[in-house]
Amino acid sequence: MINGVGRFIPDNLDPFVSSDNFLTKERKLISKKNKQSKTVFLNNLTEVFDILNITSGMTFSFHHHLRNGDQVIQMVTNEIGRRNLQNIHLAPSSIFPNYTNLVDLIRNGNVTDIHTNYLNGPAAKLISEGYLRGKLVMNTHGGRARAIESGDLLIDVAFIACPVVDKNGNGHGSFGKSACGTLGYAVSDLEYAKKVVLVTDTVVEELKDYQLDGQYVDYVLVIDSIGERSGIVSGTTEITKDPIGLKIAKECANLLNFLGLIKNDFSMQTGAGKTSLAVVSFVEDIMKKNKIVGSFASGGITKSYVDMLENGLFKKLYDVQCFDLEAVASFAKNENHIAMSASEYGNPFEKNPICNKLDFVVLGATEIDLDFNVNVTTDSLGYLIGGSGGHADIAYGADVTIIISPLIKSRIPIIKEKVMTVTTPGSDVDILITERGIAINPLRKDLKEKLKGSSFPIFEIGELLELTHKITGVPKDIKSDEKVIGYIEYRDGTYLDCLRKVNYEY
Amino acid sequence: MFRSLLFIPGNNPSMLQNADVFSADAIIFDLEDAISINEKTNARNLVKNYLTTSSVLPKQVVLRVNAYGGNWFEKDIELLKTGKVDYLLIPKMDKLTMEGIDRFLNHYETTNHLPETKLIALIETSRGVLELPDFAQNKRLVALFLGAEDLTSDLEIKRSESGDEIFYARSKIIYTSAANHLVAIDTPYTNINSSEGLLKDCTYAMSIGMKAKACIHPNQLEIVNKVFSPSEDEIKWALAIIEIHETKPNVGAFQFQGKMIDKPIIDRAKKIVEKAKKFKLL
Repeated sequence: MINGVGRFIPDNLDPFVSSDNFLTKERKLISKKNKQSKTVFLNNLTEVFDILNITSGMTFSFHHHLRNGDQVIQMVTNEIGRRNLQNIHLAPSSIFPNYTNLVDLIRNGNVTDIHTNYLNGPAAKLISEGYLRGKLVMNTHGGRARAIESGDLLIDVAFIACPVVDKNGNGHGSFGKSACGTLGYAVSDLEYAKKVVLVTDTVVEELKDYQLDGQYVDYVLVIDSIGERSGIVSGTTEITKDPIGLKIAKECANLLNFLGLIKNDFSMQTGAGKTSLAVVSFVEDIMKKNKIVGSFASGGITKSYVDMLENGLFKKLYDVQCFDLEAVASFAKNENHIAMSASEYGNPFEKNPICNKLDFVVLGATEIDLDFNVNVTTDSLGYLIGGSGGHADIAYGADVTIIISPLIKSRIPIIKEKVMTVTTPGSDVDILITERGIAINPLRKDLKEKLKGSSFPIFEIGELLELTHKITGVPKDIKSDEKVIGYIEYRDGTYLDCLRKVNYEY
Repeated sequence: MFRSLLFIPGNNPSMLQNADVFSADAIIFDLEDAISINEKTNARNLVKNYLTTSSVLPKQVVLRVNAYGGNWFEKDIELLKTGKVDYLLIPKMDKLTMEGIDRFLNHYETTNHLPETKLIALIETSRGVLELPDFAQNKRLVALFLGAEDLTSDLEIKRSESGDEIFYARSKIIYTSAANHLVAIDTPYTNINSSEGLLKDCTYAMSIGMKAKACIHPNQLEIVNKVFSPSEDEIKWALAIIEIHETKPNVGAFQFQGKMIDKPIIDRAKKIVEKAKKFKLL
C-alpha cells in the first residue's frame, strides 16, 4: 500500500499516516523490569554468556555514548562470533564506522537483524549491498525508546557500557577513566530489557547520585576498558571556515532573528556539524548584542552550548548525549546541564517531551524533495550513510524546523523531485536555507507571510531545483534494486519507507 | 563601480562553481600569480569552460591575465571571445605596458570584431607608481589597483600591519584615480584569519580615499563591503540634502543641520545616493 508520504509499504506493515497520527493512539507499555535478586559482579564475558544462557536468535541492545571509542559492542559481538551463534538480532542505538567486526558477523549470518537509529561505516556498506539476511529497521531516538517500552522491540539482554558503577549496581556516565557524560539512550534498555548487564572499568563503593538505577541491573561485568574517550568526540568541534557554510549559517541566524525566534526564554537545538556550530555562533552574537537569555538548548551537547550556559546565555542544557569532552566535563559539574533519557527527549507518547518544547531546530539533509521530505539515511545511490537519530523527533516537536545545506554537494543537487529515502516527513520541515536561496514549505503560510517583502532571497523549492539543474544539469535518475533490505520506522512505530539494496547497474 | 573584488584561482573548480554566490561586486578569475606554471593551461581551460557554460555568472567578471609580453598573455586574451569578461586586470602596469597592450588590443579587437576591452591596472612596481600620470588617462582604464606585495618586493621592504611603507603608493593611486575618474582599489589584506586587522586596514584605506578593496578570501567580503558602502546615516544625510536641493534648485547654497551646503557637498551627496542605489542599500 501507499503511505502518507506516498511510499510503498508492504501490506503486513503498519503504514505511516501523518506525523501527528499517534495522538489518536494509546501509549502501550510493558511492565518495567522487577528484579528480585541481588546484582552480581563478574569479570569475564564468557561467564556472562554462560550464566545468561545466551543462545542463537536472541536480541541484544547497546548504546552509542562512547561513539567511535566504544569497545563494548565489539567485545560482545566478538563473543557472538566466537560461539558462532546464529540469527542474532542487534539493537544498538547507533552503529559507528569502528564497529568493523560486524562485517564478518553479518556476512556469516551470525547477525541477521538490526534495529538502530544511525548506521555508518563498513557495516552500513555491507547492509546496503544486501548482505543482511534478515531486516534492518531504522527508527528515531524517541522512536527506539517507544519501541522498547511498548514491547515492539523486546530485548533479551542489554549490554550497557557504564563509566562508573557502585557496589549496588548503580551507574553514572560522568566519572571514571572512560567518562562519556549522559547515558540518555540506555535508560529504556535498562528499565525494559529482560536482563541487564552493566559493563564498566571503574567500580566505586557508593554513588550518591546515579543515572542508571541498580534495581534494574542483573550483572555488572568489570573489564579493563570500556572504550577510548577521545573517540566520543563527534564529527567536529570547530566552526566551519568554508565560505559557503558560513554564508548559509549567517543567513540562518539572520532569518531566525527576523522571524523573532531569538527572544528571551527561547529554546533551540542544532546538529553537531561545522555549519551547525557556525549557526550557534551567529545566534550567540545576536543574543549578546540584544541581551537575550534563552531558556534551554538541547540535544547532543557540544562545547559551544556549554560556553553559552556558562556565560549565562542559556538557563539550562538538556543533554541526551555529550558530543565532546567539554560537554562531559560540564555535565559532571554544572547542575543546569541536565541529562534526559531518549524517551524524555523524543518519545511521542511521553507526556511532555523536550522536543515538543523547542522553538526552533536547525538540521542537515542529504536530500530534500519538492514536498520537503528529508533524507538523512542514504546517499543518492542508496548507500546507508546515517539515519534519523533525533531528526524526525525534533522536526515534529519544534515550532520551526530549518534545514541548512549547500544546494550542490560534490556536484550532486541536494533537492530532488523525490528523495531516495524518506527519513523525516516534509510536513514537519518548514524552511530550507541554501547558499543561493531560501524555500518555505507552503504549509507554513504564517512564515511565508512574515517573510513577504523582506530582503531574504525567498524562492519556491521548485525554483531552487530548476536553478540547481541549470548549474549541474539534470542528474540521471537512480533506481534502487527491488530487494527490500529494511525499513524506515517513524517514531510512532508506523513505516515511512522501505530501504532497498543498492543497484549496481548505476 | 566596485566596493569589493574577490580573487578566485582559475584552477579551483569548486570555487568557480560558487563564484556567483559570494557577495563580491566583482570576481577576479586569476590566471597569473595563483596558478603554477604547470597549471596555466588547465586554469585557462577551466575558466573558459566556466564562462561559456555556467548559467549563473558573477555580477562583474574580471580576468587577471599573465604579464603582457610573456608566454601566456596572448592565450589568456583569447577568453575575451567568450564575451563574458568585463575587465582585464593587467599585472605590473606601467607606461610601456599600457602602450603595448593598447596597441595589441586595438588590433585584436578589430581582427576579432570585439568591443573595446576595459582594463584595471595593477600597480605593483615602483615604475608603475611613478609613471601613473603618464598612462592613467588611457580610455580603456576603469580602475587602478594597488598590488602591495609585489611593490614592496620591488622596493625590498617588508609589509607592515600599519601600511606606512605603502602610504606614498596608496596616495598616488588615490589622487591619480580621482583626477581621471577611475576607481582606486586597495591592496588585499593578507591575514585571512584576522577580521579585526582587516577592519582596521579597510577603515584606514577608505579614510584616505580608496574606494574599493580586493579580497583573497570570501570571508573578507562582508567587512570590505560594509566599510566601502555608505553608512545608513550618510545615506539619510545625502537624501535630505538632495531633497532640499531639488525643492530649491536655483539656490546656490543653503543651511542644513547648522552647516552651509553648497555645490561640492551636493555633488558628494549625489555620489553617496548613486552608490547606495548601485549596491542596493536603498
